[in-house]
Amino acid sequence: MTPSPSSQSILIPEPGFGVYVHWPFCASKCPYCDFNSHVRHQPPDQARFVAAFEREIATMADMVPGRTVSSIFFGGGTPSLMEPGTVGAILDAIGKHWSVPAGVEVTLEANPSSVEAGRFRGYRAAGVNRVSLGVQALNDTDLRFLGRLHSVAEAMTAIEIARATFPRISFDLIYARPGQTPDAWEQELRQALDLAADHLSVYQLTIEAETRFEDLWKAGKLTVPDEDTAAELYEITQGVGAAHGMPAYEISNHAAPGAECQHNLVYWRYGEYVGVGPGAHGRLALPDGRHATATEKHPERWLASVEADGHGMIVDDVLTLEEQGDEYLLMGLRLKEGIDLARYETISGRTLDPTRLADLIGHGLAEVTPDRRVRATPAGFAVLDALVADLAA
Amino acid sequence: MTTPLSKIRNFSIVAHIDHGKSTLADRLIQQTGGLETREMVEQVLDNMDIERERGITIKAQTVRLNYKAKDGETYVLNLMDTPGHVDFAYEVSRSLAACEGSLLVVDASQGVEAQTLANVYKAMDNNHEIVPILNKIDLPAADVDRVKEQIEEVIGIDASDAVLISAKTGLGIPDVLEAIVTRLPPPKGDENAPLKAMLVDSWYDTYLGVVVLVRVVDGILKQGQKIRMMGTGASYDVERVGVFTPKLVNVGSLGPGEMGAITGSIKEVADTRVGDTITDDRKPTSDMLPGFKPAQPVVFCGLFPVDAADFEDLRAAVGKLRLNDASFTYEMETSAALGFGFRCGFLGLLHLEIIQERLEREFNLDLIATAPSVVYQMHLTDGTDIEMHNPVDMPEVTKIEEIKEPWIKATIMTPDEYLGAVLKLCQDKRGTQTDLSYLGSRAMVIYELPLNEVVFDFYDRLKSISKGYASFDYEITDYKPSDLVRMQILVNAEPVDALSMLVHRTRAESRGRAICEKLKDVIPPHMFQIPVQAAIGGKIIARETIRALRKDVTAKCYGGDATRKRKLLDKQKEGKKRMRQFGKVEIPQEAFIQVLKVEG
Repeated sequence: MTPSPSSQSILIPEPGFGVYVHWPFCASKCPYCDFNSHVRHQPPDQARFVAAFEREIATMADMVPGRTVSSIFFGGGTPSLMEPGTVGAILDAIGKHWSVPAGVEVTLEANPSSVEAGRFRGYRAAGVNRVSLGVQALNDTDLRFLGRLHSVAEAMTAIEIARATFPRISFDLIYARPGQTPDAWEQELRQALDLAADHLSVYQLTIEAETRFEDLWKAGKLTVPDEDTAAELYEITQGVGAAHGMPAYEISNHAAPGAECQHNLVYWRYGEYVGVGPGAHGRLALPDGRHATATEKHPERWLASVEADGHGMIVDDVLTLEEQGDEYLLMGLRLKEGIDLARYETISGRTLDPTRLADLIGHGLAEVTPDRRVRATPAGFAVLDALVADLAA
Repeated sequence: MTTPLSKIRNFSIVAHIDHGKSTLADRLIQQTGGLETREMVEQVLDNMDIERERGITIKAQTVRLNYKAKDGETYVLNLMDTPGHVDFAYEVSRSLAACEGSLLVVDASQGVEAQTLANVYKAMDNNHEIVPILNKIDLPAADVDRVKEQIEEVIGIDASDAVLISAKTGLGIPDVLEAIVTRLPPPKGDENAPLKAMLVDSWYDTYLGVVVLVRVVDGILKQGQKIRMMGTGASYDVERVGVFTPKLVNVGSLGPGEMGAITGSIKEVADTRVGDTITDDRKPTSDMLPGFKPAQPVVFCGLFPVDAADFEDLRAAVGKLRLNDASFTYEMETSAALGFGFRCGFLGLLHLEIIQERLEREFNLDLIATAPSVVYQMHLTDGTDIEMHNPVDMPEVTKIEEIKEPWIKATIMTPDEYLGAVLKLCQDKRGTQTDLSYLGSRAMVIYELPLNEVVFDFYDRLKSISKGYASFDYEITDYKPSDLVRMQILVNAEPVDALSMLVHRTRAESRGRAICEKLKDVIPPHMFQIPVQAAIGGKIIARETIRALRKDVTAKCYGGDATRKRKLLDKQKEGKKRMRQFGKVEIPQEAFIQVLKVEG
């Protein structure tokens, strides 16, 4: 059932204020991953990191005081390598500086291994109410290929424990793996949807720069499905997800209506968010304009910076109107709800080129709702990068 | 002090590209001490970067060498370097007119080539004494006897006394210097007659202003003298009289038979006319030198800045190039698709490439060049005649009585084994064979060809089908009536004016198909499918379809890292700037270049 555009707009609240916490360590580096993750032979001194997080949160809170937090997200790296006490201390620090209403979404990314599942109750006790599990695949061969340390059986158990422990759970899958056929993917996806509660993230495997997969791919030792196959797999994902009552609300994210990840919606709706920890990004609404912040990526250097200066920020730029407009397009059009034209005009100080917009509408790639929202059609989502580039040009 | 006539030798070097002309010139300069070894840059006479890189000479250069001969006397040898490529045949003629003799350099491993032939005939027309020189005799493939025989047979000059050298190793260079003194005639002239000098070339130098290269025939040309250009009637004061050694050295005066350079109160290169006669303003000569016909551009194309904001920079750049190259012409042009640019005229395709490259390299401009066109003559139904340089200007078909296109006489020399492929190429290009003869294992064919076919990828294909062994020279002969049609290229149903061209009716379909196929490859997929069509009048003669993008979306963005995505978007926007918007389609600059290279 598709809600009518006018009724939908009522359901879209103002973008909130999110807090992102980055835990940069992993037990091993996955060959496809280009995120800020680091492997250490000696476990990091979590107490020292806690102290640093507390200091950086305090510094950020001085920049954007008085906010009411709408979501908190522990990402990584592998946040499920944190001690529950570490998570609890960081949540306490956030609550000390900002107002955190009861029941606010607090997500933690976790690996579905038996060791980590053992900490789930501790996280729940610390205040985490949602986990996002890095399941990635539902067959052991592909899990090994993806460099994952868990098995399908372990993942199943972890999902079970998570469902019993947390009010909300989600898990990630990676598709368009080498040699993956549409039939095999459809079957795996159906299985996943049966396992899922009300939220599922489904990412197309992308060869990222400076990863081991890139080396293999350049050497001709790894072939990913071609554009046509990728398109077919994507279409299957859209169709099967929707039929299962979990339509895509963003390019790669599916949820039952009302079960969307509130934290990611802050990004995509181009709300305000603070990023703490190594290699975390923020967008802060300050009196002199919207600031883009980023912190030092290297964990120990970030630690040293925070200990010396109270923060690890290496980027703090005021964005131009054009940059803000571009970011709103880039983030907002990933959502099924699209962007609010009036807000785009306020943010960017310009209007979208009516000819280009009309062309996109004419090609069936975009639509404008009666309440002036622009959104991509299913055909438009498949080529969203080109669509955004066209509108932003 | 001027030099006695008997002690002067003026000569040029005639050779095919790569046969070693510039290397020989370097050796002669080195041997006579013109430059210290540390000052020698390989091929000192080719002083533009592009000349040195491509191994070709574009502008004539001159150098004065002092040589103490075996007879104990010191001679002044003036070497005129000449361009070897057909596009610059015009420069060759005027260089030759300033000399009494030529060194004919032939690669002993390759033999006589088409351009050698064309240029040596020009030298003979100028009554030059010719000394054959066989170069690269150190190569294993050198066949001295066969090449000597070929010179005698084809050119008809005695090659028994040919000088055998290796310009690369320096072998035989003293013999060349002796041959210049003993076998070439000294110039003639009268020191006491009124000044009569030929304006050989002129160029603009940042430090010296306009520099005029002269050859004195009679009388004395002095510093401080008031001179008159007889053709233009303008007079100037001579500020400096010098010779190139190859550095410019002041000498104060030049006498009969001497070559050198003058500077004066001349403002622009356009004020000087190559081939003009220079005389004394107060005591002028009564008879002018015959002069030259000015070089006529034969190939035209539009040059547009990729970024429309660079138009003013392009205007300044073409103006500066024109200062040094009067054979390059330009006028402003407006294209619906490409915006403001210039319609430029060139002596040939190589000239076009060189100018384009200089604009891009020396002036840092990104350019789009439209399809090259030749000059068509049209007789209209209302009785008027027009010349057309741009297919966009083509009148309505109903108003045209007759179209004529320029034809050339092409001389091609090729090793026997490639003859079949060469003949096929010429046939494909609507050629008519007029002669075919053999010089040993090399064939020489003469073809009549429409120039409009030759500007399309003829030279590159000739090189590739003959593995680089065939050589080619041409001259424009006449205009002939032709069944030409204007072919338009439509991208997404919009005509792209920059790609329209005149083609022979019989060639239109295959050319159209080839262009559509090429465009299909070079235009990136868009969010919608794009038909690419070739049409004559309203009739579609070829069609291809660029399929739509199916999947182009970033799966995941890291945390709230909008910056990374924005930077990717900025790159995309930058890429779009290098494309041209035609209706809803963006065509990369590359497409315009690729279209010129299609076979068909």
